[in-house]
Amino acid sequence: MTEYDKIKQDKEEWEKSISLKKERKQSFKNLSEIEINRLYTPNDIKDFNYALDLGFPGQYPFTRGAYPNMYRGQLWTMRQFAGFGSAMQTNKRYKFLINHGNTGLSVAFSLHTIYGIEATDPRALGEIGKEGVAIDSLKDMQTLFDGIDLSKISTSMTINGPASILLALYIVTAEKQGHTPEELRGTIQNDILKEYIAQKSWIFPPEPSMRLIIDTIEYCTKHVPQWYTISISGYHIREAGSTAVQELAFTLADGFAYVEAALERGLDIDDFAPRLSFFFNSHNNFFEEVCKYRAARRIWAKHMKNKYGAKNPESMRLRFHTQTAGVSLAAQEPENNIARVTLQGLASVLGGTQSLHTNSFDEALCLPTENAVKIALRTQQIIAHESGVTDTVDPLAGSYYVEWLTNKMEEESENYFQRIEALGGVVPAIKANFFQKEIANASYKYQREIENRERTIVAVNQFDQKEPCSVPLLKIDEEIANEQINKLNKLKEERDNDKVKEKLERLKEAARGTENLMPFIVDAVREYTSIGEIINTLTEVFGTYHEDSIF
Amino acid sequence: MSVDRKIKVLVCKPGLDGHDRGAKVLARALRDAGMEVIYTGIHQTPDDVVNTVIQEDPDAVMLSMLSGSHNALCPLIMDKLKEHGIDDVLVAVGGIIPDEDKAFLGEHGLKGFHGPGTELKTIVEFVKNNLKR
Repeated sequence: MTEYDKIKQDKEEWEKSISLKKERKQSFKNLSEIEINRLYTPNDIKDFNYALDLGFPGQYPFTRGAYPNMYRGQLWTMRQFAGFGSAMQTNKRYKFLINHGNTGLSVAFSLHTIYGIEATDPRALGEIGKEGVAIDSLKDMQTLFDGIDLSKISTSMTINGPASILLALYIVTAEKQGHTPEELRGTIQNDILKEYIAQKSWIFPPEPSMRLIIDTIEYCTKHVPQWYTISISGYHIREAGSTAVQELAFTLADGFAYVEAALERGLDIDDFAPRLSFFFNSHNNFFEEVCKYRAARRIWAKHMKNKYGAKNPESMRLRFHTQTAGVSLAAQEPENNIARVTLQGLASVLGGTQSLHTNSFDEALCLPTENAVKIALRTQQIIAHESGVTDTVDPLAGSYYVEWLTNKMEEESENYFQRIEALGGVVPAIKANFFQKEIANASYKYQREIENRERTIVAVNQFDQKEPCSVPLLKIDEEIANEQINKLNKLKEERDNDKVKEKLERLKEAARGTENLMPFIVDAVREYTSIGEIINTLTEVFGTYHEDSIF
Repeated sequence: MSVDRKIKVLVCKPGLDGHDRGAKVLARALRDAGMEVIYTGIHQTPDDVVNTVIQEDPDAVMLSMLSGSHNALCPLIMDKLKEHGIDDVLVAVGGIIPDEDKAFLGEHGLKGFHGPGTELKTIVEFVKNNLKR
């Protein structure tokens, strides 16, 4: 009898001999609908091979962590996503965060900026500064980072359609502060595929969008070597209602699509892949989240090495930012969200995140108030400095359950990769609404399970006190929109409009060809050309995109 | 209304926000409750909404708004509907609508205000009980 047979037999006897209490549920499932067993034993990871499956932190396949000594060497970057109202207001919030120990900036942009629409455009009505900071031109960008040394801090910008323009604005803002592009550290999200899949803030059709992304990769590889060129994002896929497995699989599939597009451009994988990064969600099911991050690192490393032929370990090292799940926050008894965020933040740390945004408890109701943001940041600091979880690397490794679930999530992701490939790849699958349907089905199912009480959300569908909500809300001044419009109009009177026109003409000409557009965009923003003007110019060449509205 | 006709509902996302999980889940729940549902998709301007109402003649219009632009866009939609003489359609807005904005929106004829955590059956019942025709 092998050791495994013996364990199997003993387990069966154990189940017979003890009188199990009637279980609370017929079946226990995580948020990916994976059935969870009563008990895990070595039998659940029979083929487990330490060297092949885990290895050592900082080494292939990176399951145990991206870096050798992880948080013993350096804690994750505490990077609170922030932006609202005017550039001046947000600049003040950044300084508040920096003074309280925030170690990196993360810019939330106004919806009109996200779509590259000028503040004066009727479509911007009611949206300016509401969900993020209003930026129309270099002038706003200079205000946003006024008094913040861009050679000292790293900045993540959540921007996709106009990512190349915001990167150009950042480069020129730093240039005006006296810094070279080589000194700059940061990230542009620049992940358009997940926009079509989930977040929906695209501008152009997929093909020219991919060109712009590869342009930024090529440009940064040469000129902004410390910049992360894409933050390949599962966060929004999850927020749109996907399961954890879908988040994992769709995000990595997007990553592979960018790699393939860059290879097609003729770039060397080991030149650009080390500057790709990832962005994941952290939802409520603790172990599922931890295993998701561990599986992500292993899948990425394997594909980069075996499929795409990377030689440099840096190309195989998956690094990621995490944000706790906005979608999991409840509007009922919002203070309970502090507990949810703590668990979610802890899962991301045990999963080895490189940076973290913890949501503020009031975010199901409004943009966070200063007090709520402070509690969210303090939550990270307590995990980092008081809980002891940072003392050793990947402390959950070797748990039968954790290793089984990590394997299971990898396996289910591989199944998705095959289905996507069968559809012709990510872009054709988007056009066939594959991802959109998978996500819509998952999110409807989840909602039904909550309403049928198959899943419990505390104080929402159980233990509900029906108490009226009474937390203070952040209100965005409607006057911000008018100020933004006035600023933009004034700028257009003051700048050299002939130069702007000339730069836009040159950009349009280049867009018609195949040249890298980044240098043309940098030249244009330097003359205070607005983001909207650049987008309009590119739209004339690239066109726009509309999706089928399926539900 | 007569019992043999299906209730027809237009689910819309006005404004620039693309967070459509709620709108899609609601659309499906209304359909599963036996209603005829049209989902406009995202990025609808007030004119887009009104044009679709004219074309489709729904009994109810459900606006899903999360980005804070409700005070600017919803009254505009109501004014434009009125301009076209449309006053027998239930227009509801849900999503992130702070309490203090509800009275203002109510004055413009908007109803509902269902926020995060609302059960779908509550909204289905709301539609059935608040139709104007």
